[in-house]
Amino acid sequence: MAPRTPRSQPLDFEKPIIEIEESLARLTAQRPQDDPAVARELTALRERLRGVRQEIYARLTSWQRVQIARHPARPYALDYAALCFDEFVELRGDRAFADDRSLIGGFARLGGRRAMLIGHQKGRDTKERALRNFGMAHPEGYRKALRLMRLASKFGLPVIALVDTPGAYPGIGAEERHIAEAIAVNLREMFALEVPIVAAVIGEGGSGGALGIAVADRVLILENAYYSVISPEGCAAILWKDRSRAPDAAEALKMSPPELLRLGIVDEVIPEPEGGAHHDPAAAAALLKGALVRHLDELGGLDPGDLRRKRHEKFRRLGTFDGG
Amino acid sequence: MKKTGEKRVFKRRAVAGTSRRGGRKAGIPEGLWTKCESEACGQVIFNQQLEENLRVCPACGHHFPLGARARIAALVDEGTFEECDRGLRAVDSLGFPNYADRLGVEHGRRETPEAVVCGTGSMGGVRVSLAVMDFTFLGGSMGAATGEKIARAVARAESGGRALVIVSASGGARMHEGCFSLMQMAKISGELQRLAEARLPYISVLTHPTTGGVTASFATLGDLIIAEPGAMIGFAGPRVIRETTHQELPEGFQTAEFLLERGLIDRIVSRREMRDTIARFLGYLLGGA
Repeated sequence: MAPRTPRSQPLDFEKPIIEIEESLARLTAQRPQDDPAVARELTALRERLRGVRQEIYARLTSWQRVQIARHPARPYALDYAALCFDEFVELRGDRAFADDRSLIGGFARLGGRRAMLIGHQKGRDTKERALRNFGMAHPEGYRKALRLMRLASKFGLPVIALVDTPGAYPGIGAEERHIAEAIAVNLREMFALEVPIVAAVIGEGGSGGALGIAVADRVLILENAYYSVISPEGCAAILWKDRSRAPDAAEALKMSPPELLRLGIVDEVIPEPEGGAHHDPAAAAALLKGALVRHLDELGGLDPGDLRRKRHEKFRRLGTFDGG
Repeated sequence: MKKTGEKRVFKRRAVAGTSRRGGRKAGIPEGLWTKCESEACGQVIFNQQLEENLRVCPACGHHFPLGARARIAALVDEGTFEECDRGLRAVDSLGFPNYADRLGVEHGRRETPEAVVCGTGSMGGVRVSLAVMDFTFLGGSMGAATGEKIARAVARAESGGRALVIVSASGGARMHEGCFSLMQMAKISGELQRLAEARLPYISVLTHPTTGGVTASFATLGDLIIAEPGAMIGFAGPRVIRETTHQELPEGFQTAEFLLERGLIDRIVSRREMRDTIARFLGYLLGGA
């Protein structure tokens, strides 16, 4: 379950950084440290590394962020459950058909607060990826999530939803058991929950499959996550009949956190450690935890009626048009 | 490759679109006739007869696509429809490639500048708020203006104590407006939650095709869900499912009939019976005639 190191799986655009890091490592290993010429060279290299890192990471394109959001070493919901929360007790099953392992849920304690934590879950290795179905939930996942959210509402636990899915699963069984209806019911019923709901997109916010647990009082997003109506590849295939133009589609869809914040789709962008959450999962978790606690505290003072009214108004406002 | 029933559905629909545009609308002589889209039928039908029959083939009962205004005329009591939000239209909020141009063309040539027509009227004497989607406007896709019009139609039912009837025909959320389109699913569902609390009935009518974000929001939230025969209804498109799963799709997959057997739909109702059926159901729900 331990993530492989990010350095073992660099992304294409990180190559210049890796090259300098490798030179640094060679120099440190091969030459004596007390040679002043070497020390100067090392200092210069470290300086250059800092500059290159900053240049690359401060100006990430939408597509580069998508690649970080999908990085195989990126922390997943259960990683955050362990790193942010004092305790997580998983509860399983939709009471109708199955337990969907790609959408998890259960009791959690966060800095002394009790909460219901739900989230999409991806797998780290081949076996777990299959078990988690690559984070693509079936109807049972959404129905389990709703069962747990209603339980939370009944007993006054706030809901925390960690969103990380390429989308709901496009499969035969999912259609036969009405994945669309399962998502739709969640959208409607989340408006009726009488407890605070905070959603955080921690990786991929893939369309209806993401929204199906994200009708929240506060919608947060990690700095290198994305939220989109369609995958950039899918969009490129429709628009240009060419999936390789996904980077252009990622720009066009305005799916990166700064743009989503500007459009009012999300309420806050949670910073990540330089290079992405996988470079320092513990630091990423601390930042996420801080944001979750702050928003839960802010929402904690509202009575159920106010919560629901504000939640309704928040979504009611979204979208621009002419002639209204 | 094995030919499935689902593929045939797609093929015949594709043929229909061309013949209609090339024929009837252009007004050339062939436009007097339409060949039934159903491969098994192939009946040649007088266009006037087809229109009078609500674009249902008199020989085999195949349902041709029907525009929003013709559908409204076929649903509401004569002379009762009052349109609302007619001028509400989409904008290119993201600066999406080619979208502004496309909207310009669509807005210029159309009486209804959006993928849905909304208003109030009565059905069998019951006061209703109505939203009827039109697949011919950008594939019935749902952008912010579409979502706003539908959300207002739901709110209009709630505030006016009316029943709600929504007729869906949509390829799903409109990608050109990015997450704004996605959020319409939540926006409308929020209004439907209020309508449900007000105990006002919502009847959802699914027509060919209803897919994606529309299926995954208001279309499947009806107190009653009615579908037209042969309608293709689903969340993901068949090609995506085939590519993801590498499986052959079952016979009739994602048709109204398939979903009726699997428990999503209350009834399949012919277009010619739709008005009376909805009025009758509203009578049960509201205790009227």
